[in-house]
Amino acid sequence: MDWQAFFAMGGYAVYVWPSYGLAAVLLIANALIPHWRERRLLHKLQAGAREET
Amino acid sequence: MPERRNPINSIVAPRPEPLSVFAWFHNLGSPRNFYRIARRLTPWLGGTTALLLALGCVWGLAYAPPDYQQGDSYRIIFVHVPAAWMSMFVWVFMAVAGLITLVWRMKIAGALMRAAAPLGASFTFLALVSGSLWGKPMWGTFWVWDARLTSELVLLFLYLGFMALQSAIEERGSAHRAGAVLALVGLVNIPIIHYSVEWWNTLHQGPTVTQFDAPSISLSMLLPLLIMAIAFMTYFAMAVLKRARCEILEAEARSAWVRQLGATAPRGDA
Repeated sequence: MDWQAFFAMGGYAVYVWPSYGLAAVLLIANALIPHWRERRLLHKLQAGAREET
Repeated sequence: MPERRNPINSIVAPRPEPLSVFAWFHNLGSPRNFYRIARRLTPWLGGTTALLLALGCVWGLAYAPPDYQQGDSYRIIFVHVPAAWMSMFVWVFMAVAGLITLVWRMKIAGALMRAAAPLGASFTFLALVSGSLWGKPMWGTFWVWDARLTSELVLLFLYLGFMALQSAIEERGSAHRAGAVLALVGLVNIPIIHYSVEWWNTLHQGPTVTQFDAPSISLSMLLPLLIMAIAFMTYFAMAVLKRARCEILEAEARSAWVRQLGATAPRGDA
């Protein structure tokens, strides 16, 4: 496979790659943000549970 | 619930509850059960999404043939069209969840509606930006006030308005009800977006896939497009469940099962 031609996208590289890049950023961010949020919430719950005991 | 000491029960075995569709629906509607099921589903949905995205991207970027008119620039379609479809689907999803919230006061419907909004906004933003990046080489401009583009921009503002409304109302129940009304009213925009390319003859091209006779797209391009569309769908299912899990934990923080979750969850595990 010709990698140089692949990345050049027939001269449309500046339009094709940013589209995929933005898609990747948005999809990853929307999966990570709730992941971190839930972890923080569960940590807070654990702290609360330890205080009670 | 304490076991009832009914003398009859000690003689005759209690009849098991028939598991009707209603009972199943009711069970799913309880935040506790929903949380448990959502937690079990998300890893599978995430794995499926990753596989489909990898397959769709490799197929779409490397193996699908270049378009005879648009060259390689058309490959933007594999993110643009799924994002645009999802931008509309998510609003319909929110409107349905909103209706359930208003009619049955189902808590998890409100949580799902709220959880969907940032995802819908992301899909809409992606559809607009990728469309712009496709428009520049093909139309010679990043933006025109074409009916399709304008109505999609209105959709982005609807999502942002919905999110602003949610963060403005402190009490969860009223936030859900206000959001449900906005979701239902905003539904008017969806057919406008969909039919804009037929009602107003403007710059955006007509539909390539959703034609009733036969799609005007070759199979070698249609298949990766459909794979990407399914990938976006499973992604949405995964992400909306993940976010709804947080919503439920926050809303139910005082309830016994959530406290118990905090007490029993091993440290560092989420």
